[in-house]
Amino acid sequence: MLKISNLHAIVEEQEILKGIDLEVNAGEVHAVMGPNGSGKSTLASVLAGNPKFEVTRGSILFKGKELLEMEPEDRAREGIFLSFQYPVEIPGVSMVNFMRAAVNEQRKYKNEEPISATDFLKLMRDKRELLGMDSQLVSRSVNEGFSGGEKKKNEIFQMAMINPLLSILDETDSGLDIDALRVVAAGVNKLQTKENATIVITHYQRLLEYIKPDFVHVLYAGKIIRSGGPELALELEKKGYDWLIKP
Amino acid sequence: MIEQQYIDLFEQYRGELDANSTEGINRHRDAAFELFKRNGFPSSKLEEYKHSNIVRSFDTELGLNLRNIPVPVNPYDAFKCDVPNLSTYTYFLINDRYYDKAPQSESLPEGVFVGSLQQFSKEFPGQFETHYAKIADMADNGTVAYNTMFVQDGFVVYVPKNVEVEKPLQLINILRGGVDLNVNRRILIIAEENAHVKILACDHAVDDVHFVVTQVTEISADVSAQVDFYELEENSEKVTRLSNLFSEQKENSNVVTSGITLHNGYTRNNYRFRILGEHAEAHAGGLAICDKTQHIDNFAFLDHAVPNCTSNELFKNVLKDRATGVFCGKILVERDAQKTQAYQTNRNLVSSDTAQMFSKPQLEIYADDVKCSHGLTTGQLDEDALFYMRARGIDKEEARLLLMVAFTRDVVDMVRIPVLQERLISLIDKRFRGELMRCGNCAVCK
Ligand SMILES: Nc1ncnc2c1ncn2[C@@H]1O[C@H](COP(=O)(O)OP(=O)(O)OP(=O)(O)O)[C@@H](O)[C@H]1O
Ligand SMILES: [Mg+2]
Repeated sequence: MLKISNLHAIVEEQEILKGIDLEVNAGEVHAVMGPNGSGKSTLASVLAGNPKFEVTRGSILFKGKELLEMEPEDRAREGIFLSFQYPVEIPGVSMVNFMRAAVNEQRKYKNEEPISATDFLKLMRDKRELLGMDSQLVSRSVNEGFSGGEKKKNEIFQMAMINPLLSILDETDSGLDIDALRVVAAGVNKLQTKENATIVITHYQRLLEYIKPDFVHVLYAGKIIRSGGPELALELEKKGYDWLIKP
Repeated sequence: MIEQQYIDLFEQYRGELDANSTEGINRHRDAAFELFKRNGFPSSKLEEYKHSNIVRSFDTELGLNLRNIPVPVNPYDAFKCDVPNLSTYTYFLINDRYYDKAPQSESLPEGVFVGSLQQFSKEFPGQFETHYAKIADMADNGTVAYNTMFVQDGFVVYVPKNVEVEKPLQLINILRGGVDLNVNRRILIIAEENAHVKILACDHAVDDVHFVVTQVTEISADVSAQVDFYELEENSEKVTRLSNLFSEQKENSNVVTSGITLHNGYTRNNYRFRILGEHAEAHAGGLAICDKTQHIDNFAFLDHAVPNCTSNELFKNVLKDRATGVFCGKILVERDAQKTQAYQTNRNLVSSDTAQMFSKPQLEIYADDVKCSHGLTTGQLDEDALFYMRARGIDKEEARLLLMVAFTRDVVDMVRIPVLQERLISLIDKRFRGELMRCGNCAVCK
């Protein structure tokens, strides 16, 4: 589904990603771990098409198409979803209007009619309940005044609304309390099928106990320096990163 | 001197003006004339007019309807307003003349007068004398003097003590003409003790000629009165609008004004709020969306003369192409005005290198126990928000649009008529989509 080859990216004239190779197939869950500042969020942003980052080399094929040639909105319509490490507050744009626009853009891309008002409300309610989200949250402006945990929950709510092919969850666990983590992870698992895939960026084994990865990768200084199975995460939890960096 | 032709015109046609107006209105012409001869129009050499050369608008051949001849038009045929079903009370000023044939489906509460300035001056001479040309300071402003010299009619709302006009009143100002015209109109709003009234005034230019409009609005809010005055400008690019609004408030009164410039040519809106009674509140909103070479200049002066009052000003501009925006907000807190709370915010969205915004907040505070603040930002759309929306599949242009509409939201929220809020949001949306090219919805433009 996703094939990243020799990906290099810069921001503010500084190279952050220094040759990433990664392949993700349908039905798989990949965890990406690594120390602060190693480039995990940068990788996520580049996948989603954030214009702040400039890709200098490499390619990203998604379902056989070159993502780097697509606008962020087209990538989203093709099925890429990024759950932001730092969700953005958008005062004045209501969650309802935001979600309706997002859902309808997806449908338009697939040559479908805009969603009817009743279907939309039902969809909103179902997904809200799936994540145990307070009804008044969705009647507010996008993320405005949301607590840290509420913002993260809201990201997964949006993911549930959009039902993407490839979800990239950037530290979705940070800021969530223990119960919320369980609910959100259950939500993510419920959305996981044979057809879609998930990349989970996290620092903690705890999340991976709920969302079980098939592969674990360690990103360090812009490169993937180690890949392995779920046991790699346990090892990292015990030993940290030092043993990988200075062998 | 550009003023000379208007001085000559006034002297020559003084008799006509008087003959087609009323004694009460005529009584103020001499004083106005003296002041205008002395001061002329405010020149762009003045600091307050540095970015708006309004004199230039008069440097052309402009017709004046000196005999106050009715323009042969049925506004219902020519025009459908964009804010329909707002109220059961609709009134028209066609150029500077009150249109008295508009049928009202419901009668107004007992004692309320809504109608022409001429009629009011005759039927309520005492009220007229107390307020007309009293709140508006001619000495300070040549445009106000000019208006007072030439004005022949206008629109009056008078609400007596303890009366609440529940449904909003809508005044539709229509500009019509076959040649370039100077229009001088007057609005007088009197709310007596504990009277409540909400008014929406919409400006529309129907014909494609130049109009130079002076408008003087006087608002008197007596003890515990509540006055809402919303203005919506949807003029063509050939209209110069020179508005001067004066508001005076007594104890416990509450005045909300909002000037929404949806489509315009060259606009200068002056606001002068004086809070003269304790525990009064003044809320002033302003929003302009300008592109091409449109010009918006909002000048607000707010005078806190007494303690324990609150004021809140929020002015926003969205500019692109070669549009110019100007905002000057002066707040004066006088020595006795302790416990004043005065807040002023000016935010501007400038989306092209060629658009310009000039902004100048000025706080003069002579009392020591006050809460005052002002905020000023001029910038572009939030790139992070834009990317966030695009990452959800929302088209870049659509995302920009949603963010722009969102930017205007808090000004709309100041409007205390829910149906009008909804209508404004949809008009603003249309404006950003370029679907509101001229005056929106009139039969002539279609
Ligand atoms: N807009 C930017 N301008 C300058 N430097 C940036 C920018 N964005 C990221 N960087 C730098 O790129 C490096 C990688 O950042 P990134 O956010 O990808 O790290 P991360 O692995 O996600 O870290 P964390 O675990 O703390 O979230 C950091 O050194 C960061 O300071
Ligand atoms: Mg990160």
